[in-house]
Amino acid sequence: MTEVSHQVAIVEGARRKTLPVGMFAWLLVAPAMIFIIIIVAWPLAETVRLSFMEADLGGETYIGTQNYQDLLESRKFQQTVTRTFYWMFISVLLKMVLGLIGALLLNAAVPGRALFRVLVMPPWVIPIAIGTIGWLWLYNGYFGVLSGMAQRLGITDGPFEFLAYKTSAFYSAVVTDVWVGVPMVTLFFLAAMQGVSRDLYEAAWVDGAGRWYRFRRITIPQIMPVIISMSLLSAIFTFNSFEIIWILTEGGPRGATTTLIVDTYKTAIGNYKFGEGSARAVIIVILLGAFSLVYLAFLNRVNRKFGAK
Amino acid sequence: MMDRYTKLQIAGIYLCLAVFLTFILLPFFEMFMASLRPLEHLFRSPYQFWSDDFSFQAYRDMWVTVPLLGRYIFNSIFIAFSVTFLTMIFVVPAAYAFARLDFPFKNATLGIFLGVNMFTGAVLLIPLYRVLRTLGLLNTYWAMIVPGVAFLIPTGIWLLRSYLEKIPVELEEAAYVDGASRMYTLRRVVLPLAVPGLIVVGTAVFIGAYAQQFLFAITFNQTRELQPLPAGLYEFIGYQSVTWNEMMAAALVGVLPVMVIFLFLQKYLVAGLTAGAVKE
Repeated sequence: MTEVSHQVAIVEGARRKTLPVGMFAWLLVAPAMIFIIIIVAWPLAETVRLSFMEADLGGETYIGTQNYQDLLESRKFQQTVTRTFYWMFISVLLKMVLGLIGALLLNAAVPGRALFRVLVMPPWVIPIAIGTIGWLWLYNGYFGVLSGMAQRLGITDGPFEFLAYKTSAFYSAVVTDVWVGVPMVTLFFLAAMQGVSRDLYEAAWVDGAGRWYRFRRITIPQIMPVIISMSLLSAIFTFNSFEIIWILTEGGPRGATTTLIVDTYKTAIGNYKFGEGSARAVIIVILLGAFSLVYLAFLNRVNRKFGAK
Repeated sequence: MMDRYTKLQIAGIYLCLAVFLTFILLPFFEMFMASLRPLEHLFRSPYQFWSDDFSFQAYRDMWVTVPLLGRYIFNSIFIAFSVTFLTMIFVVPAAYAFARLDFPFKNATLGIFLGVNMFTGAVLLIPLYRVLRTLGLLNTYWAMIVPGVAFLIPTGIWLLRSYLEKIPVELEEAAYVDGASRMYTLRRVVLPLAVPGLIVVGTAVFIGAYAQQFLFAITFNQTRELQPLPAGLYEFIGYQSVTWNEMMAAALVGVLPVMVIFLFLQKYLVAGLTAGAVKE
């Protein structure tokens, strides 16, 4: 840096210093804030407005809370809500368990682990829609490897269409969702495990603690903040998971894989019932909003120091 | 040493790893196998594990079946890069403010940003469509870039904030004492130190942008030339039949460029996550 520009910087610095911190901070935050307001908050407000309307391609009429009343009385909608939470619970649970196992395996000091770590990542890196198309092929009853394998082993007599039956379609979608989500969870758990101080393990080892004991009493408590934040983050992703279900089953068969987000999309985009769709969207926002408050409270309490997501 | 395993344990670890990686890689393997089979061979039941006429023909034919395929692959990467670039421009100053400065309504503002994480585009599609129409952005690249940026800003802020918090504050104080302005300190002191964090957050944002362009593309863009790869793949689903083998070949070739980039960046990414996701 030249002498002159340094001088300029100092002079400029002296002048700028009069800007209060609060003002400066808001200048830095404002661009992101304004962007979010236009692209997220404005549409959100519009969604709330539309939810009180009977709205379709023809126009809008105000109908008060009719859309909400219809939803609350609908047994089908109650089932959808229950199904969504079950979908979220089972998928997140599997992601956490598999992520933990995966991280433990990738953390083990065996030759080749650098390679294995890379091999875990592809489902995370590629577009979700493309990975799902791969699974669509796997689940095919006639030409897919899963059904083919089942027939070879004599588990099923003929071709088994995974996506044609209510229960198998639901769990097939769960498996695909888990497949998409596991790599990220695994990597975050692995990162957390590597951050645990070796001294703790060595001290325990010297005292004669076995592997299982060290895992239970050192690893798990040490990475607990990451487990909690990842499980809640995964819960939100899973709740909102749309592309996977849409590409695999479009919510079928007979609604077996229709979660709230799919129901909303179908109503609003598929059937052009913008008002009813918006009411569903608002309910999603309320449910996830309540969830997010718990999330933030949890996060604040369990780990004040913890940094990343 | 405590890290030493018995032969049996090592065998067990490899066995579990094999099962785990099979689950992760099976779809890719099957996509590859499907891409090698001639179409009539592909639709053969019962399922055959091995065909004797594997060929790379689909990798040649796919460019003819879907003439714009190259364009779709480019679009995907272009959109993801644009989203990443714009997102970082918004994220860097905001993340710095949240990491270092005290200002009125700081926590409430951060809460609002994180609240955006609760939504996905799918919830807001109808009004978002109207907003984009009002702004005249429908059927342009912007229709896919702008929503992508909005939904990735919160994650970016959240991630980068934790990196910036780890940069010693003494360096900035020293710069202030020397009379540097706040903006000058941010540009010349903080940013150079934050480069590793910027790479990690940028990569994470890129992955997010690349992974989730399907919905916005099919909803906000009707211009074929601008479609990203996931939407373009649907052109292999024809009126008569689906050319699955070419579709799989196109999918694999399409993600290859990003895979290669990622292969170079993954070392930083994993190291960065380690640095960022762990408490001191």
